[in-house]
Amino acid sequence: MHIMEGYLPVAHCIAWGAASAPFVALGIRRVQRTMKSHPQTKLLLGAAGAYAFVLSALKMPSVTGSCSHPTGIGLGAVLFGPLTMTVLGTIVLIFQAILLAHGGLTTLGANVFSMAIVGSFVAYGIYKLGRRLNMPLWLSVFLAASISDLATYATTAVQLAWAFPDPTSGFLGAATKFMVIYAVTQVPLAISEGLLTVLVMNMLTSYSRSELVELTVLPQEVKS
Amino acid sequence: MKKKWANILILVAVVLISAVPLLLIHGKEGEIFQGSDDQGTDMITKIRPDYKPWFHSLWTPPSDEVESLLFSLQAGLGAGVIGYYFGLRRGQARKGTQAASHASD
Repeated sequence: MHIMEGYLPVAHCIAWGAASAPFVALGIRRVQRTMKSHPQTKLLLGAAGAYAFVLSALKMPSVTGSCSHPTGIGLGAVLFGPLTMTVLGTIVLIFQAILLAHGGLTTLGANVFSMAIVGSFVAYGIYKLGRRLNMPLWLSVFLAASISDLATYATTAVQLAWAFPDPTSGFLGAATKFMVIYAVTQVPLAISEGLLTVLVMNMLTSYSRSELVELTVLPQEVKS
Repeated sequence: MKKKWANILILVAVVLISAVPLLLIHGKEGEIFQGSDDQGTDMITKIRPDYKPWFHSLWTPPSDEVESLLFSLQAGLGAGVIGYYFGLRRGQARKGTQAASHASD
């Protein structure tokens, strides 16, 4: 999902930057507020950021014969909400752009939009929908994380098709080509990311109940 | 206990999802298991052969070795933080149950 440095026309870089900036700004305020109102969850916030850090470093082989990486955005979005995770995702992308030459500063706005914004909001929306439909926690988390992962890569494909429409088949033709590269490769990885996120959530429900209650992921326990 | 087995099954499934393509798909080195991000960049140059990237990374890892070092560092640091978090919480949870069982003695 990383659009490489310089590989978006200037107008697109500016437009995606402008679209992403307000989310990041609101997210920073949200993080500050969460730190004040739930100081006990600081460490968990660090762990959720670390999860995105680890997963986005893992380039895994896919059945399409190419490699790609998960995003790790879903977990934090489910725990802390989409705006908070937008900030953590942006930090990961800046790290990769500067130190790894993976992604870029000119394409940061577009990459933040696909991973940190679309990824976070899709994860949060699917999770809330699942809970409203009375799905078990693990299923809601699985669907949230895996669909968020796919949505990020589909967004990248659309962003590139918009910037580079095919000379003969236009936007749709280019979108199909980029979807084959990004979204199809991503299907097994999205399943892996969903499963790993369920694993972490299982461990959290075993060892961190009080934080999950604090963040209203789990209901207040009735003292018997 | 049920959760423990579920977690083990999840880990096995994740390993299989990555390992099976490695075993089943064969091809020439350098053509197979390329990164999707690089393939995306290649597709851009295929659609618009005249497109020249207008900005280059300020710093690029000088070799594949240095790049893999930085990627491992990223994964290692993250895993360290997660390990620290769960180690701490597990210890606290255990201490809590010990205190509770002492109190009930």
